[in-house]
Amino acid sequence: MSLTAQEIDRIANLARLELPPEEGQRMLDQINGFFSIVEAMRAVDTTGVEPLPHPIATIQEVALRLRDDIASEANQREANQRSAPAVERGLFLVPKVIE
Amino acid sequence: MTALHDMTVAALANQLRAKKISATEVAQHFLARSQADTSGAFLSFNPEATLAQAKEADAQLAAGTAGPLAGVPMAHKDIFVTTDFPTTAGSKMLEGYRSPFDATVVRKLGVQAGGAGMVNVGKLNCDEFAMGSSNENSAYKPVTNPWDTSRVPGGSSGGSSAAVAARLVPAATGTDTGGSIRQPASFCSITGIKPTYGRASRYGMIAYASSLDQAGPMARTAEDCALMLSAMCGPDLDRDSTSLDVPAENFARDLNASLDGLRIGIPNEFFGEGLAPGVRTAVDAALKEYEKLGAKLVPISLPRTELSIPVYYIIAPAEASSNLSRFDGVKFGHRTKDYTDLVSMYKRSRAEGFGEEVKRRIMTGAYVLSHGYYDAYYLQAQKIRRMISDDFQQAFKVCDVIAGPVAPTVAWKLGEKTDDPVANYLADIFTLPASLAGLPGMSLPAGFGEEGMPVGLQLIGNYFKEAQLLNAAHRLQQATDFHLRQPGGAK
Repeated sequence: MSLTAQEIDRIANLARLELPPEEGQRMLDQINGFFSIVEAMRAVDTTGVEPLPHPIATIQEVALRLRDDIASEANQREANQRSAPAVERGLFLVPKVIE
Repeated sequence: MTALHDMTVAALANQLRAKKISATEVAQHFLARSQADTSGAFLSFNPEATLAQAKEADAQLAAGTAGPLAGVPMAHKDIFVTTDFPTTAGSKMLEGYRSPFDATVVRKLGVQAGGAGMVNVGKLNCDEFAMGSSNENSAYKPVTNPWDTSRVPGGSSGGSSAAVAARLVPAATGTDTGGSIRQPASFCSITGIKPTYGRASRYGMIAYASSLDQAGPMARTAEDCALMLSAMCGPDLDRDSTSLDVPAENFARDLNASLDGLRIGIPNEFFGEGLAPGVRTAVDAALKEYEKLGAKLVPISLPRTELSIPVYYIIAPAEASSNLSRFDGVKFGHRTKDYTDLVSMYKRSRAEGFGEEVKRRIMTGAYVLSHGYYDAYYLQAQKIRRMISDDFQQAFKVCDVIAGPVAPTVAWKLGEKTDDPVANYLADIFTLPASLAGLPGMSLPAGFGEEGMPVGLQLIGNYFKEAQLLNAAHRLQQATDFHLRQPGGAK
């Protein structure tokens, strides 16, 4: 299996990554290099095997917890926005989305 | 008196408790040493914060309210978020980032009420977002190995391993997703342990691959690792949905237990042709030592060892592509100066903020999760992951712990593998299986191989058997002196 340049462009768009053409070509070669070792995995017969999302599920049932939806932290807007690239009047600024 | 930097965590803790030295004096000593370092191990310091923490530790020691490791200095891998220090994850994406909170592990080890009382000297270099095995993927600077400065310290916790080996700090935190504690510990001749997945909270540990990431200590001795690990673990049920409801333990409780009759499983797949002869010789000698201590070596098989490479490098990038989607230049992190609309802002910010290996893994992950490929790659990998985990359970029917090399070779030269990502991936072969299974694993110094470079022995235990691993490691360290040797670079 081999990826094409078009697929690299499509995935880069999905992943929201700008890839200049020369970088895209290098990425294509390296990802294809990697997929050469993936082939062995595809050939394994996994009929009837359940996927393992949480490793401890190997030995016991694991349920992902949800906690109650109640505020546990004091409001710290200033600290939370300290590392924001653009803030105005306590709001995060982004480029205009709706004309 | 032994120089402060030659003391272990245990020895420093005793001296501090006995009030023979003060936390402030200790912090000043290690801070000066660390700030004079030229290996690239540290990414940031905040002497004011370090000394304030030391002062707090001194106050707690005087008041009798101090935690078990009060005043002992350490440093955090720059993957753990800290309020007192910047946190970058080794990435330009987070240059200058200041977290509004401390990671759970940081709180548990620190001087806050209920913490172990350790003092943070600074933040340690690592591969960008913990992706790498040589520390060369750090966006800031590479780290040199104190045993040979032309070589890598391993990765991704390369700053941690180099700093501990050079005695800049007696201990550090690391994180291990596919071997990132064990492999650098091996390359720098220190001791490191990754606990069972879910033991240490991932809250505030910048996520790479959430179903694999685990925090653990890196220090010179198994005893020091046990002391730190005891403080790091425990349920964090409201803040980490994968944290296990398993109480913290005193992992040092069995350090001196006899190894008589211990069954050590030797996977034949770990001793194949890819293993460097010098590494093999050192590992074999360590295993002989175990026999002298009363352990029995049992041949076992982990038949899917090789498959763990593609399985890991599908699952981890898939999770990474999802985790790293939060870096969009809106609420924190890098934002490009040059954009036309929201989408171009996302794309450029990410293109500028992420390094090459991170982009490669995001791309691979996005691809294997995309429509039409999910079943063939991601789901298939998760199924084989279960088979790999089952293989371990099969093996643990006939043995108590598993032993083998950590890596096929000793530390390689800086630059040697930078153009060949697959070569880097293949070198992870012996650490990936335990990572995929979520089992505790450790590395301890086992001697020296090619070019006189350190070799680590890997021990893998069954779920929740950290105390047993640390016992086995401690007993070997009582019988050998590899963990006491220090690199020529360390003065």
